[in-house]
Amino acid sequence: MMKKKEETIRLEHLSTGYAGRKGPKVIATDINATLCSGELTCLIGANGAGKSTLLRTLSAFLPPLAGEVWLLGRRLEDYTDKQLAKVIGVVLTEKCHLRNMSVADLIGMGRSPYTGFWGSFRPEDYRIVEEALRLVGIEALKERKVETLSDGERQKVMIAKALAQETPIIFLDEPTAFLDYPSKVDILHLLHRLSREMNKTIFLSTHDLELALQIADQLWLMDRQQGIWTGTPEDLALDGRLAGFFPARGIVFDSSTGLYRIDQAYTAEVRLEGTGCRAAMVQKALRRNGIRAHNEACSTCCIRAGKGTDFQLLDHEGHVTTVRTIRELITTVEELLQRP
Amino acid sequence: MKPSVFLPMWLLAGTVVLLFLLNLSLGSVSIPLRSIWNILWGLDGDESFIWHNIIWKSRMPQALTATVAGAGLSVSGLQMQTVFRNPLAGPSVLGISSGASLGVAFVVLLSGSLGGRALSQLGAVGEVALTLAAIGGALAVMALIVYAARKVHGHVTLLIIGVMIGYVANAVIGVLKFFSVEEDIRAYVIWGLGSFARVSGNQVTVFVCIMAVLLPLSFLLAKTLNLLLLGDAYARNLGLNIRQARLWVIGCSGILVAIVTAYCGPIAFLGLAVPHLCRGIFRTSDHRVLLPASLLTGSALALLCHLIARLPGFEGALPVNSVTALVGAPVVVSVLFKKRRNDWSE
Repeated sequence: MMKKKEETIRLEHLSTGYAGRKGPKVIATDINATLCSGELTCLIGANGAGKSTLLRTLSAFLPPLAGEVWLLGRRLEDYTDKQLAKVIGVVLTEKCHLRNMSVADLIGMGRSPYTGFWGSFRPEDYRIVEEALRLVGIEALKERKVETLSDGERQKVMIAKALAQETPIIFLDEPTAFLDYPSKVDILHLLHRLSREMNKTIFLSTHDLELALQIADQLWLMDRQQGIWTGTPEDLALDGRLAGFFPARGIVFDSSTGLYRIDQAYTAEVRLEGTGCRAAMVQKALRRNGIRAHNEACSTCCIRAGKGTDFQLLDHEGHVTTVRTIRELITTVEELLQRP
Repeated sequence: MKPSVFLPMWLLAGTVVLLFLLNLSLGSVSIPLRSIWNILWGLDGDESFIWHNIIWKSRMPQALTATVAGAGLSVSGLQMQTVFRNPLAGPSVLGISSGASLGVAFVVLLSGSLGGRALSQLGAVGEVALTLAAIGGALAVMALIVYAARKVHGHVTLLIIGVMIGYVANAVIGVLKFFSVEEDIRAYVIWGLGSFARVSGNQVTVFVCIMAVLLPLSFLLAKTLNLLLLGDAYARNLGLNIRQARLWVIGCSGILVAIVTAYCGPIAFLGLAVPHLCRGIFRTSDHRVLLPASLLTGSALALLCHLIARLPGFEGALPVNSVTALVGAPVVVSVLFKKRRNDWSE
């Protein structure tokens, strides 16, 4: 059953920053955006763009400098700490230095807004912890001590903690930082699935642009100069926001794939014959070396990357050199191009 | 509470009772347990009047003091380690004992030179003044530490600040001593050695009563302490008012240390070592277990140290601080080694 997506959070003319002694230090101004339930939204921006500050403001750790945050139809500042604990769950970058605490106990901490004075569990609380373990797929870790977990496992435990908190909204500050690539993908898949299955509003900041472009339902692009742009990754690609998002050189937005890649300057051209995977790899390797290889290049040299197991290189005199690996190919091509 | 916790907890409680009885029984005069039983319950036996006096006038107050002081310091140490999220936090390390000492030094050393009368002659008023001074000094340092904790982020920095506060306090005490009369200095130095034996008569009753109220009260902070383990941000997200919680915990542990220090003088290492022992025994970080465990272990260890300090041959001449340090320091070192091993495996 698909639940209806509803707007859960709305930012109106929000300014974030810190109230310092010498007047407020403004990080971002006039943010207008919304978050929906059942969606995974990724917040993207360079270091210092104010992602963490925004997340801290939305989780009520920091008061907004101006503007409003509407949370489920109520103003954020009208919530008490205790009420907020049942609405927003957070997963942070900071590591908990916990010792002698089992995974189940840590996840159980998520139940504290619901437990009584001593924090004793009712049968229902145990059931919810079990459920959180199951949803995140870490039943096997249940009795492990938190300090023995890997970074990825620990991140999952903290997500399970947020689930045990039973909040409609979950904020995650860079949940994929410090993880290896498969773990990053794993965590994002998990969050995406949770947003769908539990109809939760999931909002996370990340530097993993490639992954966010592929998995996020919505993107918030944050920049100190341009402010915030929001939309699906595809809409933002089509209206050119993504292409214009990194003004620095070295990154280009490939509109055919909807992904970024590193921009390399070309100093030479060479003709490439052949199609398929092997030709693509030759193209990629030469691109890294500043050589543009394509079918219609006006070059006297020619590389043939066919179906066989080796590559052939024809120089302008028609000599054929056969090499087995791309490494050898690069060396040979470079030697060839340096010849007068 | 899980059943796996019950057994060690009862064993600990049994150890405390056993050590308490041994404290009554052993000493320069050995009194058999059967006679102690008779004396305690007022039964008629052939026990001499002297034994009666030794038990009720000397050993009972000392044993009670040790039990309660050990419990207070340990519970306070546990709370500090959690709230400062630092395994090396403890009453003596963070300069809180020094603060109490400074407060006492002010009262003891200046009463003679400014008030014209040595405090040691003031009796009950002097005792109250001493207690209040110790509490005042300890809380002042506590407040400084709390302030510093908000400004600096590194835990090591905080510890260094604590140690520095200790040095400053000792320096000020040195200056105060310079201006004091001989009699007061002696009184202060004796206080500063730390002992479970000095509290006597009515004072013990007052001390035990105060602690009997404060210790159970400190248990009320169990859930708060558990949440604080997660770090400020997570705890806040789970609905805890951090500022208030911190104030409660630091206030509670500060008052516990201050009162114990006021009555017994600075007792080193117990507050630092006992929480580590408890974590080792119970393999948990749940304060609903650790608080009672620290209380019992603290009592047991204090009684043990007191027993060792009064072994025949030492005759009470061995300062209890030497014993607590000899017992406590290895515990702390082993904790550090163990921690390092774990860190490598991470």
